[in-house]
Amino acid sequence: MSSQPAHSQHPRSQHPRSLGDKKVLGIAIVFLLVCALTALASDRFLTLHNIANLLRRSALFGVLSLGAAWVIVTGGIDLSIGSVVCLSGCLLPWLVVDQAMSTPLAVLLVLAIAAGIGLAHGLLVARLGLQPFLVTLCGLLLYRGAARVIVDDQTVGFGTGHLALRGIATSSFDVLGLAVPTPFFLLIGLSFVTFVVWQRTVFGRWLFALGRNETAARFSGVPTKRLVASSYVICAMLAAVGGMLFVLDVNGAQPTDFGNFFELYAIAGAVLGGCALRGGEGSVLGLLIGAALMQVLRNAIRLVDALPNQAEYAILGLVILGGVLIDEAVRRISKRRATGK
Amino acid sequence: MTELQAIGVAKRFGGIRALDGVDFHVRGGELVAVCGENGAGKSTLMKILAGIHRPDAGRLAMDGVGIELESVRSAQSHGIALIHQELELCDNLTVAENVGLGDEPRRCGFVDRRRLEETARIALARLGLEIEPRTPLGELTIGHRQMVEIAKALARRARVLILDEPTSSLSRAEADRLFEVLDGLRAEGTAIVYISHRLSEIRRLADRVVVLRDGRLAGTLGHDEIEVDRLLTLMIGEPLAAHVRDTSRARGDEAALSLENVSTSSWPRATVSFSIARGEILGIAGLVGAGRTELMRAIYGIDPREGVVRVDGVAVPSAGPRAMQRAGVAFLPEDRKFEGLLLEGSVLDNLTLSALPRWSRFGFVDRAACGRAAASMIDELRIKCERAERPVGELSGGNQQKVVLGKALLQDPKVLLLDEPTRGIDVGAKQEIWTRIRGLADQGLAVVFVSSEFEELSALADRVAVLCRGSLVAMLSHTELDETTLLDLAAGTRIRA
Repeated sequence: MSSQPAHSQHPRSQHPRSLGDKKVLGIAIVFLLVCALTALASDRFLTLHNIANLLRRSALFGVLSLGAAWVIVTGGIDLSIGSVVCLSGCLLPWLVVDQAMSTPLAVLLVLAIAAGIGLAHGLLVARLGLQPFLVTLCGLLLYRGAARVIVDDQTVGFGTGHLALRGIATSSFDVLGLAVPTPFFLLIGLSFVTFVVWQRTVFGRWLFALGRNETAARFSGVPTKRLVASSYVICAMLAAVGGMLFVLDVNGAQPTDFGNFFELYAIAGAVLGGCALRGGEGSVLGLLIGAALMQVLRNAIRLVDALPNQAEYAILGLVILGGVLIDEAVRRISKRRATGK
Repeated sequence: MTELQAIGVAKRFGGIRALDGVDFHVRGGELVAVCGENGAGKSTLMKILAGIHRPDAGRLAMDGVGIELESVRSAQSHGIALIHQELELCDNLTVAENVGLGDEPRRCGFVDRRRLEETARIALARLGLEIEPRTPLGELTIGHRQMVEIAKALARRARVLILDEPTSSLSRAEADRLFEVLDGLRAEGTAIVYISHRLSEIRRLADRVVVLRDGRLAGTLGHDEIEVDRLLTLMIGEPLAAHVRDTSRARGDEAALSLENVSTSSWPRATVSFSIARGEILGIAGLVGAGRTELMRAIYGIDPREGVVRVDGVAVPSAGPRAMQRAGVAFLPEDRKFEGLLLEGSVLDNLTLSALPRWSRFGFVDRAACGRAAASMIDELRIKCERAERPVGELSGGNQQKVVLGKALLQDPKVLLLDEPTRGIDVGAKQEIWTRIRGLADQGLAVVFVSSEFEELSALADRVAVLCRGSLVAMLSHTELDETTLLDLAAGTRIRA
């Protein structure tokens, strides 16, 4: 993984491991630990049904984290993910059921709208130089508001029809007795594409370069504005894919709360998985584990009686804080080793 | 009489031996220059003398009595003061407050402002400076701030002054003023240790030069023995190949780069026109603020420009660095850390950043080809790095600069724009980069470079364009080049037809 930052390798180590790899290893250990503890505390955790359910939730949130990571590696942030989930999740059933639009057309239209939203973010950030935080914060308010106006605050869903379409999110494939949900395969596909683009293409190498030092990248001839804009487009489109999958899965979206806080799950998953908010660092494997960890934690809070359901946000907050602290500790220790002091 | 001695001092950092049994002494009324390449151990020795580091072995003595320096404070109590490269003053405080910082005179627990200002006034007067002690420091020039730092040391009765590259951010006039002050202090019996890369300063100031190499004493030269070649030989450990300018270098007739009435946003009413042939090296001289960097950035398309820029006779519109690169122009920016490098990125990533599409098909990078190109450039420029995968931030300044140059060269340019190509790097690396630039010109590249050092302009340039307030005021051939003429033209005190 040559584009991973390697500023912490032990000078005399036989098997030098980059900081990015260490972060992935760290999050994987935390993930396994949480799984093991939950399994010990609840006998409902390791049931086939629960695992299949966890895979489905992780896959849906994984798509959002993947999108968030595209923006985070450029050093930006997208706070509008949850609202784009809401808008696309409300638009799809509204178009298909209420407006009787053909399904492929409706899906394409939703994706096109998301691309437009991402492009607007990208141009405002890259061309006008506005703060990504502010631009997407306005987006957060705007798109949820738009969704509420369009469907007039009514719950939208597919009712009992459109089973074939809903199957994209609800169906599963039997793998060795475990019902692996279709969205999980979709996530693997999207992740693989992201991995290849990040690691193997000029586009990806330049994206990480500009995340590390935008000025140096621009002076080196990297088309930084175009790259930043594309990353916002990709993020918004992945949020729309996630939003459509969510509404197909639960068969109903209420615009006032559909997708609430999802941007935070997405960002937290990516950051736990090793994407540095200052940009230029990120690993697909890490962010997938990070996104899954968030879902396992939520699952654990429901299953383990000792953990009160009301404490969900508090526990998530503490775990993310803990993850960030461990990350910082790893960084400092490796730095100290590298400088030999 | 003051005498500070270090006897057999050694210091290790992890696995690296920074100093290995070095003897050093400086007496009152003497100015000793300390030279050496980056990593030779100069800074470590100075930090040991100033109480920042404690030596692993060896001892220190002041006036023949052994001393232990546990901290900067204890060094100060023995009369030793270090003036840092990065000035350690507070912009928001007044001159007097800075001079007295950490050692304020008190009355009933409150700061005695009158005595504070009086102390500062006396210390500044010793330096021949008339600065009102109540002036906020932020209003002073860098040169004056440096004086304030020296005044601060004097106010604490410093008998030994250690200056770490004090002129690196001073103008020429400010540097001259500093030299006079140092002469005065030396005459009063202060012992001065002076670290610098600049040979002309060392020749001007030093009674003695101590040269360090790889943590050991490489040699000492008395004032009359200070010559560039001898100094370099001691620093590098091998004699330098004599540099003979090849003025008969074959050049193409066609202009590789030409500017017609180009103006930049910083000097919108001044225009610059020149053209340079293949194989030619053009230096751009001028004072800080004359618009040299702005001109380079405008040519390269980073900043907007008016006028026409032609590469090989074809006008190239101002459409950003990428368009200029496609036309065959590469640029080495002034500030390598912020504009040139991804410090956390590997040597390989940095070298191949600009020309990445060259080693890719359908957007996919051929990593093997990329690695080979980087390896050959590391070889060619003799970049010292453990592996190409190591972060570039670990390298020395000279090697970092070679990486930035290598990144430009891997674009296979026809025209090379260099902004201060050897700023802040040691003499050995500087010579290597100069040799390389001459070699590139011999291969037919057109080179335009900005430099603030006369030495560099004279060593490299076939012609020198002098900028003053954004305008090209003179074009000097190499034979017409001399320091006074250049300074007069740059300052606008001499007009040339």
